[in-house]
Amino acid sequence: MSKQVGKSAVRVDAYEKATGRAKYVDDLCDRGVLVVKVCHSAIAHGFVKSIDTAQAEAVPGVVKVLTCFDVPDIEFPTAGHPWSTDPGHQDVADRKLLNQHVRYYGDDIAAVIAEDEVAAAQALRAIRVEYEELPFVLDAQEAMKDGAPQIQERYKNNILAHSDVRRGDYETARREPGLIKVEGWYDTPTVQHCHIENHGCFAYKEAGRVVVVTSTQIPHIVRRVVGQALGIPWGKVRIIKPYIGGGFGNKQDALYEPLCAWCSTQVGGRLVKLECSREETFVSNRVRHAIRTHIISYVRPDGTLAARKLEAFSNQGAYASHGHGVVAKGMNAFPQLYPCPNVECDSWTVYTNRPSAGAMRGYGIPQAMFAGESHIDDICRAIGMSPLEFRRKNLMPVGYVDGFSKNELYHDSFNQCMNKGMELLDYQRKYQEYQHQTGPVRRGVGLAVFWYNTAVWPISLESSSCRMVLNQDGSLQFQTGETEIGQGCDTAYSQMVADAVGIPLEDVHVVSTQDTDLTPFGTGAYASRQTYIGGFSIVQTAAVLRERILNIAHEQTRMPVSNLDLVDGQIVRKSDGRVLKSLGDLATESLYSLENSRHITAETTAQIKSNAYSFGCSFAEVEVDIPMCKVKLLRLVNVHDCGTLINPALAEAQVHGGMSMAIGYGLSEELKFDEKTGKPLNNNLLDYKLSTFMDHPVLEAAFVENPEPTSPYGTKALGEPPACSPAPAIRNAILNATGVAIDSCPITPHVLYRRFREAGLIQE
Amino acid sequence: MEKHQIQYQTVRFNLNGRDVERTVDVRASLTDMLRNDFRMTSVKKGCEVGECGACTVLIDGETFNSCIYLAVWAEGKRIRTLEGILGPDGELSDVQRAFVEEAAIQCGFCTPGFILTAEEILETGKEYTDEQLRKLLSGHLCRCTGYENILRAVKKAMYRRLGKEGPQ
Repeated sequence: MSKQVGKSAVRVDAYEKATGRAKYVDDLCDRGVLVVKVCHSAIAHGFVKSIDTAQAEAVPGVVKVLTCFDVPDIEFPTAGHPWSTDPGHQDVADRKLLNQHVRYYGDDIAAVIAEDEVAAAQALRAIRVEYEELPFVLDAQEAMKDGAPQIQERYKNNILAHSDVRRGDYETARREPGLIKVEGWYDTPTVQHCHIENHGCFAYKEAGRVVVVTSTQIPHIVRRVVGQALGIPWGKVRIIKPYIGGGFGNKQDALYEPLCAWCSTQVGGRLVKLECSREETFVSNRVRHAIRTHIISYVRPDGTLAARKLEAFSNQGAYASHGHGVVAKGMNAFPQLYPCPNVECDSWTVYTNRPSAGAMRGYGIPQAMFAGESHIDDICRAIGMSPLEFRRKNLMPVGYVDGFSKNELYHDSFNQCMNKGMELLDYQRKYQEYQHQTGPVRRGVGLAVFWYNTAVWPISLESSSCRMVLNQDGSLQFQTGETEIGQGCDTAYSQMVADAVGIPLEDVHVVSTQDTDLTPFGTGAYASRQTYIGGFSIVQTAAVLRERILNIAHEQTRMPVSNLDLVDGQIVRKSDGRVLKSLGDLATESLYSLENSRHITAETTAQIKSNAYSFGCSFAEVEVDIPMCKVKLLRLVNVHDCGTLINPALAEAQVHGGMSMAIGYGLSEELKFDEKTGKPLNNNLLDYKLSTFMDHPVLEAAFVENPEPTSPYGTKALGEPPACSPAPAIRNAILNATGVAIDSCPITPHVLYRRFREAGLIQE
Repeated sequence: MEKHQIQYQTVRFNLNGRDVERTVDVRASLTDMLRNDFRMTSVKKGCEVGECGACTVLIDGETFNSCIYLAVWAEGKRIRTLEGILGPDGELSDVQRAFVEEAAIQCGFCTPGFILTAEEILETGKEYTDEQLRKLLSGHLCRCTGYENILRAVKKAMYRRLGKEGPQ
């Protein structure tokens, strides 16, 4: 049988996308739609006292103006997590459809429904809002202080959550004689996902139910959230997810689907659409948590770790969204990545008057790796050990098992990945050569590893359902709740299905659209879980389908099932290899049989009670112009052990994209706010500097393929991992070049100027 | 109270080889007209202020961000969208084929714009260096691919047109 898994099959949606025929949300919307525009608060914190809508309602073409005084008195959660039936583990419900208590500059306070865009925009400008302004706070640690503005009534000192990790006895261990103390504070910025398609959705009522077509990663979760937000039974909601123009975690949240659905219900179920502008996407969707991390390490002169402490302060912004899970994931990586017998970790997630932070590619790990891997190089410098040697000595050893997740490091992934990256970059030679440079322009190389785990078990439910429906010609439709968002999972699934069922790749038709009325339940695209989780339900469902097919083959051929096989779409007699009939003939005969007509389908749910480590590293080479305070990235190499590659070409493409995002994270991206007003300053693609074609060197992606034993296809996470280690690798390369340890990203000329001046490399 | 007075104007132009005319709101962008009146949905909206390049179309052979180009300016112009690149039997152009082969497509939202700019670049018949291609393509933002495979695809199509295997 020709195996499809492991081949670089062309994307199943490549033709549709190359021709522009792939239909995204707005492409599907009828032109007779009413337009919804949201009125956002023009203060960072306070209460809406009153809203005068008279002038807005008088604008010709305006159908309705709805305000925070009209919405249901229901607070709802938005995070794209599987729901917990245990109230103690449910997501925090802390926002209404429109909010009277305004918690960030850009909060949703009113909505206009109009016949066209222009009328809606004119009406927005005519809305008069009276506020009671309150002091605001943008910094997480400031927000924790007594007397800081209270952002969410129920959370004292604005602390949404705190959690900790304790191992051994840090206080006693740090007193061991002869230890070297290394301490650092590391800051990461608020950044945005910047998928090129902004979030948007449209809604209408049909047969007493509300239908929302939306740009989301998580249709089944959004159905539940819309039901919760509107206070209606979940079965009264139908969510349809067509092709989407990227997500990266922003669309792993219920964004404007609840408000859009509610607006439709307020105009008799008419078709309404709510499309975010780019400016709104930056501020009023979700952002990545800015996290400030304090690390203290007590190290022996031989490079072994005696005691370590970590404190992380995560800036949640105005609403809980994914909340504490993000910084907690980063914190939990800390004692695992470099095991140390005596560890104290604390993390806090703190409400501030910034936009709400949610999931973004890496889920706390890019922040944790910037802090953690920067700190490792600071240790190396303090004790005079090479970054490579220190990592070889201290990284998680083969055979390590995490007590909570039961994840195991089965292979020597770190060393294999580092060896490969090192060779590609000629790291060791360059590291030595660049150590003691003088002059204004210097080069450096840097290394950083990353920790990541696939999927969310045992913190949350992990299950996946799929359905296979055989056609008369022996081809089949494949459906799953796990969504294609650009990453290529539909193609990977096709390859898996072809192999698992025993049919040619072209006979697998993936239904790319998820429709909660038609698609089996699944929680969607997140946690780099798609190929890992999907693999289980594909193998399980294919086995059921094959059994049904072979039973019918037995009836049709009178050969025993034990002597039958399905290979490449043919029913084969195993004993002599003879092809008895095609699967198409079997299916046609079965469907149209006058004695026993049956259509052949299978549908199962696989519950997955495992999770897999997915590790790798980045190597960077930079040129630093000290007087100009500029960094040029010369080379970047990422090496991943994500198990067996399902589709090498798409895997490589995934890595490129993550590296690109991480280059921006390391060097240029930051959403800035006015300290005086809390207003976002650069919420557009001109002033917010995401990586362009000109900002990249050649992106070099390499793999080490150790099959993951817990996965039926030997695969594990690759979606998020590429974004986790490049930023600290760049930072460590600057350290190698200049001897200056940078304490924050993005590493802009402003940051370099401050640090170079402090280090005496440039004079005022 | 603002008066909601709409002014309309009739605009005649050639769209993908066909002469067409429409009466449009004078404030409408070319993106709006192409998407709403002609259902050319390959013309994507990513920012609507000329930053991202997703709405790129060819106007008399030259690429423009159609979101910051008024619909009425289309008068007398020859406009091509991605819909007009495809062969009569649905055959992909050489550029489209290269994008497919090089895995240069992920979410697909920036793809139509990139392909049209690549068509414009290759139309010159010149051989460009990587640096030149990067600059020529830099009016487009992509968040999925890191631009790497897009560069590979454009180079592949360029060398094929030049009848070469690769850089000499």
